Amino acid sequence: MSDHAAPVRKPVHHGTVPNAADVSFYDFKGRWSGIYSWIFSTDHKRIGIMYLALQVGFFLIGMALGFLIRLELIAPGKTIVTAQTYNAIFTMHGVIMVFLFVVPGLSASLGNFLLPIMIGAKDVQFPRVNLFSWWLFLCGAILAVLSFTTGSGPPDTGWTFYAPYSIRTGTNVTMAAMAVFVLGFSSILTGLNFVTTVHRMRAPGMTFFRMPLFVWALYSTAWLQVVATPVIGITLVLIMVERAFGIGVFDPVKGGDPILYQHLFWIYSHPAVYIMILPALGAISDIIAVHTRRTIFGYGFIAMSSVAIALFGSVVWAHHMFVSGQSLVANFVFSLLTMIVAIPSAIKVFNWVATLYKGSIQLETPMLYALAFIFLFMIGGFTGMMLGVLSVDVHVHDTYFVVGHFHYVIFGGLGFSLFGALHHWYPKMFGRMYHQVPSKIAWFLAFVGFNTLYLPMFIMGWEGMPRRYYDYLPEYQTWHVVSTVGSWILIAGLLLMFGNLLRSLKTGKPCHELDPWGGGRTLEWTVPSPPPLENFDTIPHITHGPYDPDVPEHK
Amino acid sequence: MSNHSIALTAHKDYRGSKLGIWLFLITEITLFGGMFLLYSIYRSEYPQDFHHAAAELNTLVGTVNTLILLTSSLTMALSIAATHHGNRKLALIMLAITVLCGAGFMVNKYFEWGAKFHHHIYPGSEYLLAHPKGEVLFFGLYFTMTGIHGIHVLVGMVLLTVMFIRILGQPNSKVAFVAGHGLGEIEGCRMAFVDASDRVVWKGDEVDGSVQRIDVKTKFWPVKQRFKVADFNQLENSGLYWHIVDIIWIFLFPLFYLIT
Repeated sequence: MSDHAAPVRKPVHHGTVPNAADVSFYDFKGRWSGIYSWIFSTDHKRIGIMYLALQVGFFLIGMALGFLIRLELIAPGKTIVTAQTYNAIFTMHGVIMVFLFVVPGLSASLGNFLLPIMIGAKDVQFPRVNLFSWWLFLCGAILAVLSFTTGSGPPDTGWTFYAPYSIRTGTNVTMAAMAVFVLGFSSILTGLNFVTTVHRMRAPGMTFFRMPLFVWALYSTAWLQVVATPVIGITLVLIMVERAFGIGVFDPVKGGDPILYQHLFWIYSHPAVYIMILPALGAISDIIAVHTRRTIFGYGFIAMSSVAIALFGSVVWAHHMFVSGQSLVANFVFSLLTMIVAIPSAIKVFNWVATLYKGSIQLETPMLYALAFIFLFMIGGFTGMMLGVLSVDVHVHDTYFVVGHFHYVIFGGLGFSLFGALHHWYPKMFGRMYHQVPSKIAWFLAFVGFNTLYLPMFIMGWEGMPRRYYDYLPEYQTWHVVSTVGSWILIAGLLLMFGNLLRSLKTGKPCHELDPWGGGRTLEWTVPSPPPLENFDTIPHITHGPYDPDVPEHK
Repeated sequence: MSNHSIALTAHKDYRGSKLGIWLFLITEITLFGGMFLLYSIYRSEYPQDFHHAAAELNTLVGTVNTLILLTSSLTMALSIAATHHGNRKLALIMLAITVLCGAGFMVNKYFEWGAKFHHHIYPGSEYLLAHPKGEVLFFGLYFTMTGIHGIHVLVGMVLLTVMFIRILGQPNSKVAFVAGHGLGEIEGCRMAFVDASDRVVWKGDEVDGSVQRIDVKTKFWPVKQRFKVADFNQLENSGLYWHIVDIIWIFLFPLFYLIT
């Protein structure tokens, strides 16, 4: 590295900080106060918490919409809403959950909070861009809400905005597409920030292979965000232009090809699945390492499997289109590639299980979520393999089998991982410990409710219940009722969980230990809880791997 | 509680911001990549229609615009080179020419599109829809791709104008240094500026107990040696953006104007 290019640190002289290193970032008195100290803050920790607040808010809205979907489906025919409203509800559920909860997922909230701390940095590379990307996220969220509430009715296309229906429907698709475009831009900026941060801001001695696995996962995700997201950006711009001016590129009447829309959509949206799930996988690795009191088994393999998933995950998009009439060769190739993605995913699972083996397993709440995650992710993964097989896919395409599969992967995977990670890093983020008993009851309810809700979907799907249908034959009703009852149990668990976490902000036992779990070896467990404004008083020098004990053990 | 001094730091990392801008350029390439993908597929599907439709475009206007953009890329690079050599005046002139070239490009584009509209060629027009499907798609893609490219040119012009204003404001920049900490230690002393040979250049009043803080404000007019590459990092990054916009045009030009 040449001299002039080395990072320069200059003192800044604003804000009154008597003892910046001793004051937590909450108590730091900056230029702004009140709400402004949050919405104008470039501190990665505040931005992470602001993302988290928005995400949890939208999760609750999405959950309420999901509750309505299940309630409508408890009996055939009209139960509570009309068919058009039902279409709008599942579209809103999809758009909110996908673009406002799982795509930002762990990366924007916990990633923002933890990434700089985990690599021994004071902030991300571009703090102002980070804040800008949160503002874009807020704007996108507002646009999404407006698209549901204004104009000619909420979009009814499903979250995939498939052409040609999305260019013909009279509902508010243009604004919803605009919302997703803005949210995509926000996601790109976060990704760009994280890649640069990991490359440029690691503490001295923090080599790539000394980074925690959560950082590896965030890094792989960030690359996907940068490379894949612009494709959906332009695809949705084309939908908007198509609706406004009728250029014809996706309109079969004018010679356009709707299948091309599907290709472009999935070129982003399949990698987006990995944008959602990769940070979740990374967080699980860290949670398991702490709560088994062990060095993670197969560190290098887990790290590289994140990269491999990001690479292979980018070239499997057309497995969403096996029945779209694309060429048989394409079907074969994409089916094969889909199988290949299972390998790095399985590597992770094997390594987690190997880490559990002879570990000193502490069944704290985060660990319970992590174990539930492994179970649910395996079911989601295996059913994904089944869907990747051409013959099976033709049978169950667009049925509840697919719905069950992606809820197991995304909700059972990302959702449970996020909840586990929240419980894991909660004392670090807020300086308080949540109430233990309700958190464990909530986990149990969520786990039981989850399986009651989504397992029947595999059975219904296998028997031919199509997804997105408003009405169904009476034969399916038993399983629909089971599923709906499951949704109530799940929601009870989730409300208890969020309620407990919120209440604990005020009433939880203060917890200012550096390492409340007693097994944390990564850098975030070496800073105070909650961390000071610039995380580290002095930037640490890293001399060993992330999960190695500080002092070599003597027997 | 220990008495730590202010621990706030500003992070400046020019390599890092360059990495950031390159990552951003990747997103631009994938953004346009989606549209180039559509173009290549539809062209292979309707080669004849694309051939006929391309004949409608005015190659002369396209060529002039290509020349304008290539010139602007040259002046952009010259402007950066001028800053490297500390020649602020030349840098500003070159930057101005770059922005004007961008404006010229947009004016040309305006007349070109205007002529098309005049001949009833625009997306969704009845005249156009009466043509074969491939021609409809050709013009659909033409208006979308050159339109989105045009938006990028406008963004680039705004960016470069901001850079122009920044560089214009650069020489008179004031650096204010405020110290409010540890004043007790220098109470009773005098502040002085001393040059390399220990000669006192400037001497201030005595610092007594009434002094709350000390501000040192300097005005400086950079001479050639004072220009640092790092100071013009933002200009270089904006330049990279401008070049990618040019490069995209270099692909658009043959694909739409020259294929007939």
